[in-house]
Amino acid sequence: MRPALRAGRDLGFWTLCFLALAVVVAPSLAMVGTLLQQAGPALSLHLLTATTANNGLQNAILGSLLIMLGVLVVAGPIGILGGIYLAEFAPAARAGVLRLGYETLAGVPSIVIGFVGYVLLAQALHWGFSLLSGILALSAIVLPYVVKTTEVALLQVPSTLRDAGLALGLSRLTTLRRALLPPAVPAIASGLVLALAIAVGETAPLLYTLGFSDQDPSLSLFQHPIGYLTYVVYLNATLPTRLEHEVAGAAGLATLLLILALIGIGRLASRRAARFRAQLPT
Amino acid sequence: MSFFPAAQGTGRRAGPLPIRRPIRLRDADLTRRDRLARSGLLLAAGIPTAMLILIAAEMVVQSLPAFRYAGWGFFTGRVFSFGNLYVTKLQVQNGVSAPHGATYGAFTFIFGTLVSSVIALLVALPLAVGAVLALTERVPVRLQSTVSIFFELLAGIPSVVYGFWGILVLGPLLAAHLYPVLGRLGAVVPFFRGPVGYGEGLLTASLILTLMIVPIIATTTRELVRGVPILAKEGALALGMTRYETARVVTLPYVRRGIWAAALLGWARALGETMAVLLVSGNLLNGLPANIFSPFSTMAATIVAMLDSALTDATGMAVHALAALGVVLLVITVATNLLGRLIIRRVTGGAVLPVGRGI
Repeated sequence: MRPALRAGRDLGFWTLCFLALAVVVAPSLAMVGTLLQQAGPALSLHLLTATTANNGLQNAILGSLLIMLGVLVVAGPIGILGGIYLAEFAPAARAGVLRLGYETLAGVPSIVIGFVGYVLLAQALHWGFSLLSGILALSAIVLPYVVKTTEVALLQVPSTLRDAGLALGLSRLTTLRRALLPPAVPAIASGLVLALAIAVGETAPLLYTLGFSDQDPSLSLFQHPIGYLTYVVYLNATLPTRLEHEVAGAAGLATLLLILALIGIGRLASRRAARFRAQLPT
Repeated sequence: MSFFPAAQGTGRRAGPLPIRRPIRLRDADLTRRDRLARSGLLLAAGIPTAMLILIAAEMVVQSLPAFRYAGWGFFTGRVFSFGNLYVTKLQVQNGVSAPHGATYGAFTFIFGTLVSSVIALLVALPLAVGAVLALTERVPVRLQSTVSIFFELLAGIPSVVYGFWGILVLGPLLAAHLYPVLGRLGAVVPFFRGPVGYGEGLLTASLILTLMIVPIIATTTRELVRGVPILAKEGALALGMTRYETARVVTLPYVRRGIWAAALLGWARALGETMAVLLVSGNLLNGLPANIFSPFSTMAATIVAMLDSALTDATGMAVHALAALGVVLLVITVATNLLGRLIIRRVTGGAVLPVGRGI
């Protein structure tokens, strides 16, 4: 083949690839831009001091923080303990089954989880639209993620540490607590934080479990619907006026900031985890 | 987001998990506290699986009356109506009673779900692979992590924000500039024929879905591409191949199967996506989209859109009908997801696929 033709193909191919890269990068910037532009006029302290009834976001921000806390309390321990079992205690066959279980759960569409949450928790158990229904639905969504990150974090701890602990006559539990968990903690924490980032951006599983309220969240677990940020985006996006779109933009921006902050913390933690691991024997 | 647990920020290549001898614990090796802890941990580890079984069982139980009522018509019928919820008159079909006039035909939603997600996948696959090749092979190493932030941003943006941007910016933009051009294809392809609409419809939803699944395919592809043996690439370049030829002959064949797996995973995500589609789909009930630009709806979006009114059905059949939609959706997504994971397990022997919302 003529060299010029080959060079031309090379150029053409990479031009297309960079074009693809641009097509991926541009929308992410455009979305942030749109949020800023929509939210712009509404950005003021009013957002923090008024509830959604008066075009503020106070109740929604508090609600989102509250469900994050709830997910942290429910999915955190369960996921971490489950991950520890899979990495350190599970016989291979059983680990395979359980892994299949959580990976499949991760593939369940979020609206299906929301639907079951509604039918089972809100209706059958008579919890109504409530904090607990919402937290459990969200936990089902992020749990696989927490389990997986914990499992992987422990698997990345050099096996020599495990052997050393056992060779010293320590019990499995002590080996785990003293030798294996400390180096794995940053990676586990980073996974947990990223799981919260997923949770705070979700809407579908909450629509019929958490409901929505214009008032500041009550701390009651049952029967009290709670407002949250993504719902404000969803609702106001479909409303016609400029002001409503501004609030939608502000809510979207607040959600995104929360998520980005969490991602940032997660990154710091995982960088620390990497540094930590680099110091360990292999 | 580098939601790729194995890859997070490590200088180390992610790739498959470190291979470890299987754990074989003899009970005698364990202290009593060990054994106690093990049972407790097993309980926690079983919860996701238990949740899965509970969710699947509950969906099936909820859906059965609707499937019995509608029969095969559920899959072939094009009219999905809860019937007259304000009259006490009932209609009995196959021994199951529902409000008068109720018909549960889900074909249009099944069609909408499949077509929108397939279009999204067809666009997202080359886009993601091309972008990753540009990123890993051509962008200078010190800029790479900066550029990948945009992938993480794309993965991190909540789906309602995608929808908000879709109705406000992308839809009108495409309807004004891109769709009239695409509409000329109507001369050849009937599905492109007709009015291009105002930007809420099948194609807009598919393109939004495209953006949502690009990060899933891209992160997986990136890890796979980084795993390609450097010697093979250098060998190809040393033979005088261009970088394009190296990519085509060495890199892509090496990662091909993994990319299929990533594509399946992305597809599963597109199938189940709810909020963004709900906002930009135009929510057409009871009809197939006239062309690729016109409004439509998916199973997931319909569940959200109609659950409110379904709750007012005193016979409860409307909720059962939505559960039936959910079951069909569940079966399709879970099958796709599992197939993807099966493939990637074969390819890399480890858990390289992201878990969670694409991430």
